[in-house]
Amino acid sequence: MTLASADTGTLGMAAMSPGTPLLTVRDLALSRGGRRLFSGLGFVLAPGTLLLLRGPNGAGKSSLLLTLAGILRPDAGALDWGGEPPALHLLAHAAGAKARLTLEENLAFWRKVNGPTGLTPAEALRIVGLGGLDRLDAGYLSAGQTRRLALARLLVTDRKLWLLDEPTAALDAEGDAIAAALIAARLGSGGAVIAATHHDLPGATATLTLGDSQ
Amino acid sequence: MNGLLAIVGRDIRLALRGGADALTLVLFFVMAGAIVPFAIGPDRILLQKLAPGLVWIAAFLAMLLGLDRLFRADEDDGTLLLFRHAAIPLEAVVGGKMLAHWLLTALPVLAASPLLALLLSMDMAGWTRTALSLLLGTPALAAFGTVGAAVTVSLRRGGLLAPVLVLPLSIPVLIFGAGAAAAAQGGTAATLFLAAISLVSVAFCPFAAALALRVGSE
Repeated sequence: MTLASADTGTLGMAAMSPGTPLLTVRDLALSRGGRRLFSGLGFVLAPGTLLLLRGPNGAGKSSLLLTLAGILRPDAGALDWGGEPPALHLLAHAAGAKARLTLEENLAFWRKVNGPTGLTPAEALRIVGLGGLDRLDAGYLSAGQTRRLALARLLVTDRKLWLLDEPTAALDAEGDAIAAALIAARLGSGGAVIAATHHDLPGATATLTLGDSQ
Repeated sequence: MNGLLAIVGRDIRLALRGGADALTLVLFFVMAGAIVPFAIGPDRILLQKLAPGLVWIAAFLAMLLGLDRLFRADEDDGTLLLFRHAAIPLEAVVGGKMLAHWLLTALPVLAASPLLALLLSMDMAGWTRTALSLLLGTPALAAFGTVGAAVTVSLRRGGLLAPVLVLPLSIPVLIFGAGAAAAAQGGTAATLFLAAISLVSVAFCPFAAALALRVGSE
């Protein structure tokens, strides 16, 4: 059984940041396919926090994100959102983009489904560096560009909490900088971000390491 | 409501850009009916008697054909995962996809039914009754099909399983549909019952399908 080991020093800092915590996780345990991924996991997520999930492949980073998104049910433990779970954005491995729709249509669709509380599709595309490609079918995009399109989806609807699974996968240096700027902007406006990643993201306020090897 | 319409609009747009998909279905429907006279011989009286049932069988099979694509593409590209925390409930998402499925399968079949009526030597009154029964009965087929597709979407090779699951549920629709289409008089009861099945299944199936999607992703 692999036990989650939390770096209590940094987490304590997160707990001390001002404002009521967005999320308190207590004693969380999760199994996938009969294999226990982690147990006894606990952390506090305050507004303005960027929590990095680290750990080797298969340690349960993505599964933890899915659990927080309410898609997987934990074996034990509680997620305390301090009321109703907030609307959140999940950036999973698959971009959720339709190859036969243009970039603009893809974003406009999510804007309609999730509510037009954010930027317009054209603005969002410009910010992620895909400006001028509005009319292109999403099927023609490269892996990195598809990732940027997925990031643009987070911008067309304004949501407080972002759960990002490898946000910088397939991105070039410029893309990395864009992702970091988006996360910083999200944190600056009182949101919170949890990112599973193998790379360092600037501005991380806490780190949670899953799995044996740290 | 806006979100639901966005899903309907997107699915229709995708189907139209996909091109051949909707056409394949209509072609299958017409072919299934068109081969009958060759198989049982050009006996006009016999054909006329069998025609409503044959049209229903062809429509039934054509609607099963489109089932696999209902959730498969959304599952593969991660869209289904994102629907889980959309601003509209998953039930509404499923309802939207069900409506789009009906518009993309039942409507083309209805549009092609005069051609089949011609091939099976139906008269005008017979075709009108059949078309009406199809219009009333196909929503139930779409609803049951949505549940079947939702249950099997997490299975990699569930393509054939959904029709098998849906078949027993759809038998009553077939019975009353063909009954309403065949009876020159006294078909009112069957027609009403058909409409009732459709209303009930359209109301309940989105909840069943959404539950199946939630459980399937765990």
